[in-house]
Amino acid sequence: MPHGNSIGLGLLLGALARIAMLRSDYRHYPTYPHSYTSHLFLGFIAALAGSVTVAALLEQEWTAVTFFLLVSQQFREMRSMERDALKAMEDDELVARGSDYIEDIARVFEARYYIVILVSAASAFGFEIGSIWLGLLFGLLSFAVGAFLMVRRRLGDIVTVEPAPVIVQERNIYVGDVFIMNLGLVESREIIQEHALGAILVPKDDNARGTIANPGQRQAIVHDLAAVLGARKDLDTPEFTPMAKRDLKTGRVGVYIVPMEKDQGALLEALRRVPILESARGGALNTRAGRKARKGR
Amino acid sequence: MEVTIQKAVLCAVSDDLGKVAGLPVFLAGDDASRQEKARYLARILQATVHDLGDGVLIVVKH
Repeated sequence: MPHGNSIGLGLLLGALARIAMLRSDYRHYPTYPHSYTSHLFLGFIAALAGSVTVAALLEQEWTAVTFFLLVSQQFREMRSMERDALKAMEDDELVARGSDYIEDIARVFEARYYIVILVSAASAFGFEIGSIWLGLLFGLLSFAVGAFLMVRRRLGDIVTVEPAPVIVQERNIYVGDVFIMNLGLVESREIIQEHALGAILVPKDDNARGTIANPGQRQAIVHDLAAVLGARKDLDTPEFTPMAKRDLKTGRVGVYIVPMEKDQGALLEALRRVPILESARGGALNTRAGRKARKGR
Repeated sequence: MEVTIQKAVLCAVSDDLGKVAGLPVFLAGDDASRQEKARYLARILQATVHDLGDGVLIVVKH
């Protein structure tokens, strides 16, 4: 079969790339076996599309090329598939992800398939113009480029996370000096006094201040915290929902959670590892006005 | 599609009916009974109790 080897190599490396990107921690959904199956299957299709397109190009089979480009378009559907799945579960989450976080996860899933197509096409092309080794090299290089583009910044990169006490002052709850909420039930206040943990996010620059001001980003923060530490909360005790409130004077954010296990170290580490959402990424300092403001200081 | 009421004051618990208007109000003379009534209401309605001071507690669905 002409081009059989190059298609085989592209298929293999593309499928391996998809497997390498199948992370299954609590955040990256799927942690469900059936989703593994569907993602591996679609990864295989993506790898096939990538490698066969190269062979079709070399044979100048334009109909086939067009057809496989059409197939690649189908991976746009991945985004809506993930979005729909996560949105459907949103109502039954104790602490919601929020639509920004869902959109962010869905975008990552879509992009992973484009990387698979890139890897399989690059390795098939390398095989065609050189040898299996060149194919492997091209495949690895394109995977590295893809992985580099997909690197996510984490909250710890842009803010300093400081531990802070949760203070119950009469009917108000504070984290350090940041007001969280007014709470009427004495019983709930006692539980908070005993079990709650707090931290303050201090932005390292003005861009970071914009990022943690974004409500979607703050919802992602509290969702992640609840997923890692476990929230001491049920549907009928909404006052124990973790919250991230902004101090309007300084732009710092106070984070409050009533966890199942009171472990301050785990809280700080979980906070540092929260991903920065693309939609929340602050860029005010990079605008012309922002540069002027920085110079003026 | 499920429809729920959100971001609304559902009712109040107060020591004087004259302090609250336009809402269902539960009358409770002392602090302890106000707390008890408010707690039951919050759990039943899956809502949060806020203390406005002056003997008025409100139950809010967020």
